Amino acid sequence: MPLSVGVASVVIMTTTRGAGLAIEADGLVKRFGDNLAVDGVSFGVPQGTVLGLLGPNGAGKTTTVRMMTTLTMPTAGTARVAGFDVRQHPGEVRARLGLTGQAATVDELLTGRENLRMIGSLYGLPRAEVKRRSDELLERFSLTEAAGRIAKGYSGGMRRRLDLAVSLIAHPPVLFLDEPTTGLDPRSRVELWEVLRDLVREGTTLLLTTQYLEEADHLADDIVVIDRGTVIAQGTPLQLKDAAGKASIVVTVSHAADLDEAERLVRASVPELHVDPAARQITAAANGLADMTRIAALFADSAIELDDLGLKRPSLDDVFLHLTGHRAEDETAATGQPEEALA
Amino acid sequence: MTLDQTGHPEARPSLEPEGGLHRGGLLRQSLVITRRNLTHIKRMPEMLLDVTIQPVMFVLLFAYVFGSSIPTDSPSGYREWLLGGIMGQTITFSSFIVALGLTADLDKGIVDRMRSLPINPAAVLVGRSISSLIHSSIGLVVMSLTGLVVGWRIRGSLLDALLGYLLLIAWGFAMIWVGILVGSAMRSVEAVNGLMFATMFPITFLANTFAPTDKMEPWLRAIAEWNPISSLVQSVRQLWGNDPDGVPASAAYPLHHPEVATLIWVVVITLVMAPLALRAFRKRTST
Repeated sequence: MPLSVGVASVVIMTTTRGAGLAIEADGLVKRFGDNLAVDGVSFGVPQGTVLGLLGPNGAGKTTTVRMMTTLTMPTAGTARVAGFDVRQHPGEVRARLGLTGQAATVDELLTGRENLRMIGSLYGLPRAEVKRRSDELLERFSLTEAAGRIAKGYSGGMRRRLDLAVSLIAHPPVLFLDEPTTGLDPRSRVELWEVLRDLVREGTTLLLTTQYLEEADHLADDIVVIDRGTVIAQGTPLQLKDAAGKASIVVTVSHAADLDEAERLVRASVPELHVDPAARQITAAANGLADMTRIAALFADSAIELDDLGLKRPSLDDVFLHLTGHRAEDETAATGQPEEALA
Repeated sequence: MTLDQTGHPEARPSLEPEGGLHRGGLLRQSLVITRRNLTHIKRMPEMLLDVTIQPVMFVLLFAYVFGSSIPTDSPSGYREWLLGGIMGQTITFSSFIVALGLTADLDKGIVDRMRSLPINPAAVLVGRSISSLIHSSIGLVVMSLTGLVVGWRIRGSLLDALLGYLLLIAWGFAMIWVGILVGSAMRSVEAVNGLMFATMFPITFLANTFAPTDKMEPWLRAIAEWNPISSLVQSVRQLWGNDPDGVPASAAYPLHHPEVATLIWVVVITLVMAPLALRAFRKRTST
């Protein structure tokens, strides 16, 4: 069930934006024994944009990132980062990328500051430069106060921030983040999103993997959906949502007594609807904005008081369900135990 | 090849790494990692138990529990004779130290983090090796001090004494490769512990470390005397003047030329283990 927004959109993206591709995956394949973890993944990320690599657990996201960051050799196909082939010039690729892995790989026995300085020294930055950048990043990620404490005692959010800060010590132009917000509380997640947006504003090209549709929706310019090692859709968040189905109009009345009258009004223009008495809500399949404005006018002329009237587009979760037949965050589907998913 | 001429006005003008990124060599990178490993010891001094309390306990246990019933020809008895054995065992366990540290770093993703940096991939191993040798050397110092307390003395020349220590360090170097092999092959710290206890421990006992070999059953004696650790321990005892009568004429060939035998063992073990270890490390880290 591939969408119309297929591989062709990559070409469109490159030509319309004018910038070069900072990251390219070209038919990447990775086989572990009998298991084909990644099976021919291709996409491109224009410079200065964000690509969300979306998929459930076990879809091949991490393996794809590992191949693009020179940690794992592709079985077939290749990838280029900043124009350099990961197979032929891994050193050049490493000099241009920052990587934050799935588990926050900070050194637990070093302090926050020591973590930054160690990686800075490994890059071969001059000592004074390492010191200056470390302090700068600690400040930026609100870690200055904790800088002298060993990372073992950091909260999950602090570890993630430190891990990201460490990836940025040499100002890499291309950044790979593998599930950067997994396990974070909602507030830390939103804070991290803010930081990532800032980085992109400054020109960093970002590839992030996520199983949170909300996250891809918030951050990504383009989304590549992968499932069982293959790309099943790609496009902008809007394109994917449009492809998944129509938008719907949601009417919420203020008083339950008005619900029947409201239903009659809506049905007059949109016969296909669903009433949820408990939520005092009517959901109707809309044919674009025309239906929306007509219904709005009808309610404006009536005496019915409304709490809310809105157009609801399908979420990326709906998109995923539509594409794969299972929900993105449904782990049992990914591990192949459908009977448990039903329980 | 590079994309910096494409000049999108809002985008970063370049995909090049920032200026000032002059990469240092393998040695400098290895020393950064060595320093990091030593900071670990500073933060968790209990990591040193294996080269402090443990061998000291061995000295005391063997010296006082078995000491009176094991006859030796050392001037101040079994205790002085024992020390070279414990030293040999302690430095052999540096393989243990390397394996534990490497497995922990692999397990926690630290090695992958290092591998994503523009550094020589060998720096992780060299850094780990240097810090493990320092770790083991701390053990040698602690052992020497403990020895002095229980009556051990160096009775040879200073040069010979230093040569003894150098042989121990050389042996430690060979053991590093064993450690890298085991560390790369095992999936958890617990597995390393299990394997090393089941192998290295008996191997260090199946030698002249704690008891003279000439009273052993002939087959056992042959194994013990051909055990490379026996050559090492015999060299150290002779160089420190702790075995004035030397080995009996009936001893196996290597024990009659222990220093040369030790050096040959170091070279052979390194030549065999290093390629295996590097292959195992590459295999572990590239999948």
